[in-house]
Amino acid sequence: MISKKIVITNPSGIHARPAGLLVKEAKNFKCAVTVKTPAKTVSAKSVLTLMTAAIRNGTEIELCCDGEDEAEALEKLSALIESGLGE
Amino acid sequence: MTEYKGKAIVKGIATGKVFFYSKDTEAVRRIKVSDTEAEKERYAAAKEKALFQLDEIYKKALEEVGEENAAIFEVHQMLLSDDDFNDSVINVIDTEGVNAEYAVARTGDNLAEVFAAMEDEYFKARAADMKDITERVLNVLKGSESTNVPSEPVILIAEDLAPSETVQMDKNNLLAFVTRLGSSNSHTAILARNMDIPALIGVEISKDWNGKQAIIDGVRGVIIVDPDEATVMEYNKKIAKQTERKNLLNTLKGQEDVTLDGKHIKLYANIGGVGDVADVLKNDAKGIGLFRSEFLYLESDDFPTEEQQFEAYKKVAQLMAGKKVIIRTLDIGADKQVDYFNLDKEDNPALGYRAIRICLQQPEIFRTQLRALLRASAFGNIAIMYPMIISEDEVLKIKEISSSVKEELKAEGISFDENTEEGIMIETPAAAVISDKLAKLVDFFSIGTNDLTQYTLAADRQNAKLEAIADPHHEAVLRLIELVCKNAHEAGIWAGICGELGSDLELTERFMKMGVDELSVSSSRILPVRQKIRQSKAYS
Repeated sequence: MISKKIVITNPSGIHARPAGLLVKEAKNFKCAVTVKTPAKTVSAKSVLTLMTAAIRNGTEIELCCDGEDEAEALEKLSALIESGLGE
Repeated sequence: MTEYKGKAIVKGIATGKVFFYSKDTEAVRRIKVSDTEAEKERYAAAKEKALFQLDEIYKKALEEVGEENAAIFEVHQMLLSDDDFNDSVINVIDTEGVNAEYAVARTGDNLAEVFAAMEDEYFKARAADMKDITERVLNVLKGSESTNVPSEPVILIAEDLAPSETVQMDKNNLLAFVTRLGSSNSHTAILARNMDIPALIGVEISKDWNGKQAIIDGVRGVIIVDPDEATVMEYNKKIAKQTERKNLLNTLKGQEDVTLDGKHIKLYANIGGVGDVADVLKNDAKGIGLFRSEFLYLESDDFPTEEQQFEAYKKVAQLMAGKKVIIRTLDIGADKQVDYFNLDKEDNPALGYRAIRICLQQPEIFRTQLRALLRASAFGNIAIMYPMIISEDEVLKIKEISSSVKEELKAEGISFDENTEEGIMIETPAAAVISDKLAKLVDFFSIGTNDLTQYTLAADRQNAKLEAIADPHHEAVLRLIELVCKNAHEAGIWAGICGELGSDLELTERFMKMGVDELSVSSSRILPVRQKIRQSKAYS
């Protein structure tokens, strides 16, 4: 398993739309993708669970990828989050 | 006849039959089933259909309320296609051996609770979305074709309206919305604004109103149920006026303010506070020609601070987004008294210690206002206008103070627009007569016809007995206006009218011929004046 720490820059945090975008991209990979917040760890392949984590602006998360294509997944997904998830 | 109060979202008037909209709130029953596979298939089919409906709603909302507000339905699709939602429904059907309806309702309730318990307001509000989605799937499962929509024009009354409910309604049959819940930023409110139909929220509604006649008065924020005949007559007149205005608005909005022979006029609006800007924009004024700054002083118990003033001026400048905003410095005294100014009681306040006369004798008050105005100039297209001028000497003193304030701001490293236009009101006969000299000192003239009329004709405008002789159409007043325009143009500056006379349609063409460059009128008069300008000739 590999991981990377990222600070969320979206003004309203990971609300529905950015969550949707992240999930859509995460689903393209075979590996398990999870997001660790100071409070809990949730799957990045479900919009619902990702939203229940209520990740706000300024929160530092740890993006974890575990599986055969983990290297590519971590690279692509962390870049997506860092770029502000379409916002 | 009974009247109920609420908060108006859109200031219109409508009359019609009440349609009480209630949701199908029949409780979902838990039924044991033996064929769980069949329930799972029912669920899968219902989900597909619900997703299809949401796609249709999204497209409709895109047209009606724009991308930003339609996005919520994209979110609904995402939530409904989410694996966790699905897994939970399937799991309930499998483990408990129950019907699809119950499994969907349970899943929806659980998730709504999770969201409702969250601290963040944004995520908390998603509980309502969860319920909306759940209801949609349940409706498909029950085979009920969603909502009971009105088939004739009605005033729609409801406890609350979910975004999807408002979008699905046939807008041709909606005269007004009235809800008990909801906020001014709710989807319903946005829709009402976009459709420009009256809407009230926070009204204690009742099922008994269903089928009764009602009047919505969005100006006063009330709904009148079962109005008597006199009230109906009174409102029918108001509605006729409103319709006329709306038609005018539709044909004249976006049109240029130009005469038949090609003279362009600056058609601006008069405002008395930040809250009036919405009307300015709605009526399509090309700028603000008179922003009376008195409200800041009148609404306050002590001199308003630089910061308070700055915020108000900045807000208006930003809302007008680059369009001209002419702000008049304080015009206190005479008929507008303020306690903390400690002004002596005067026998003849109209000819007394007021406006610029106060500013020049108590420069500290003036400097505070000028600092706030100049600081706000960095945020939009602000111009400053000085009232009650009678002499060149006054203008020179004003310019001295204004230059020193600018130096002060520069020294403090505070940004402002160095090219901020500074003009004067022409509202005394003295100023009008020497307007050739004054024109060389300022950037523009704005004629205040109310005072100019009373001073020229020596007729108190507050004395009802003098109404007949205090006639602004008097040749003397009109000749002064013409003189002011001529002198302005000779010095290469522009001249406008910001008094009541500016919206007098009988004079519009004459003003054009006199060379008036700008008319600043109350927002509700913008479009009628625009219409008149477009029918007038300035030359010949």
